Amino acid sequence: MAKREGLEVSVAVGDAAMLSDVDVVSAYPITPQTHIVEHLAELVANGELKAAYIPVESEHSAMSACIGASAVGARTFTATAAQGLELMHEVLYVASAMRFPMVMTVANRALSAPISIWGDHSDAMAVRDTGWIQIFVENGQEAVDNVICGFRIGEDKRVLLPVMIHLDGFALTHVIEPIELPDKKDVDQFLPPFKYPLPLDPEKPVTMGALGSPFIYTEVKWGQEINLEKAKSVTLEVWQEFDKLFGRKYSPIEQYRTEGAKTLLLTMGSYSETAMVAVDKMRGDGKEVGLLKLRLWRPFPYEELREVVKDADTLIVLDRAISFGGPGGPVCSEIKAALYEEKKRPRIIGFVGGLGGRDISMAGFEEIVNRGIEIARTGSEREFEIYGVRE
Amino acid sequence: MAKAKTKAKPRTKGELGWKEVELGFFITEPGNSVEVRTGDWKSRRPVVDFKKCNKCTLCYFFCPEGCIAKTKDGYFEADLFYCKGCGICATECPKEAITMVEEER
Repeated sequence: MAKREGLEVSVAVGDAAMLSDVDVVSAYPITPQTHIVEHLAELVANGELKAAYIPVESEHSAMSACIGASAVGARTFTATAAQGLELMHEVLYVASAMRFPMVMTVANRALSAPISIWGDHSDAMAVRDTGWIQIFVENGQEAVDNVICGFRIGEDKRVLLPVMIHLDGFALTHVIEPIELPDKKDVDQFLPPFKYPLPLDPEKPVTMGALGSPFIYTEVKWGQEINLEKAKSVTLEVWQEFDKLFGRKYSPIEQYRTEGAKTLLLTMGSYSETAMVAVDKMRGDGKEVGLLKLRLWRPFPYEELREVVKDADTLIVLDRAISFGGPGGPVCSEIKAALYEEKKRPRIIGFVGGLGGRDISMAGFEEIVNRGIEIARTGSEREFEIYGVRE
Repeated sequence: MAKAKTKAKPRTKGELGWKEVELGFFITEPGNSVEVRTGDWKSRRPVVDFKKCNKCTLCYFFCPEGCIAKTKDGYFEADLFYCKGCGICATECPKEAITMVEEER
């Protein structure tokens, strides 16, 4: 039986990659992802993890090396954050279009300038169109579990896509939490060895990365889209099986105290933990407030979202990124679009907050909810509001 | 003259639907450029007036795509599946037998 122990989340994520029997790790260190890859480098150097650790000169090279490793059929892991993820940007599209499953943990961090090593979701949102599966976790245990699930989802023959696991920089990566690392034999049972169906093999040569002229590019892209949409059902299957084996349940949108809630707050990542405490407090005060925690960002869980908001009057969405000059928060914008055609839908109020590591306290969430309810009643001059900015 | 046949007409594979595209758009068979329709790049296509043509072969040799081949009557004609519409054949034809016309679709 696996036992719970106090572990730094970054170390536990590295251990989860080791439990998943990764063959290749290639990464470039960047705060706040550093401890994850340092730990893996140590495990490889100490001989505890039989894998190739490829040190590279940049994140662009790290992702390129991962693609090469995946192309020969290796189970591949990497991690990055912020500017590192942006430096990989163009290569991310290659990994997904060429259907290479790999798992990358992103220690979500704000983008420069000004330089900020602290957390928000602007890096994650900037790569939402790259064709990767994107899962947001809210604590260390979820990070560990979803690294293991990520390999299983991505390597499924019906999926064959890369997976990003988003865990908030510092708020998760650098804290010590009680974490239950699954037993190796259970992980082995859950995650069979990886066999890529069409690897680079001198005995059976294939060409990868060929030119796609105008008469075929559209077909390739449509296939990619349908494939990513279908990955949702596989993700649900994998999470169900994980629950059966390990007793921890995951869903695309988790509901917390939503019974009879007229007002719903939607958050992603680690801030959901504080938001839960705030919801407890507001419930205690007799307010009908519930929390939605959006875990699966790509593929976007349309049906699940429509189902969980249908009885609410107000839906308050907190984004930790700004789409400048546009609708404000990307999450709120997509949620509005997803619910636009619904006959009965809540009033949707968007807030941006928690940028560059700015904390939102329990009282802060309460303020956001109260202001959201007020806007729903009286309206706002703006498309979205920002929380906690000084005049 | 070099013994060149018109390239084999593409099989249905040249017109793949999205469900038929190989995993990752990998190419699993060598020499498949014959299946790639380069002809959809063109905005003009060559039309030959066979009354003017004296079968001199210049268009055949000048065609950079190599898509002009001998017909069974001994004339020369471009395979429009590959022809990119560059117009070199029309420029070089000493008999002005080739006219480039707008591709209308």
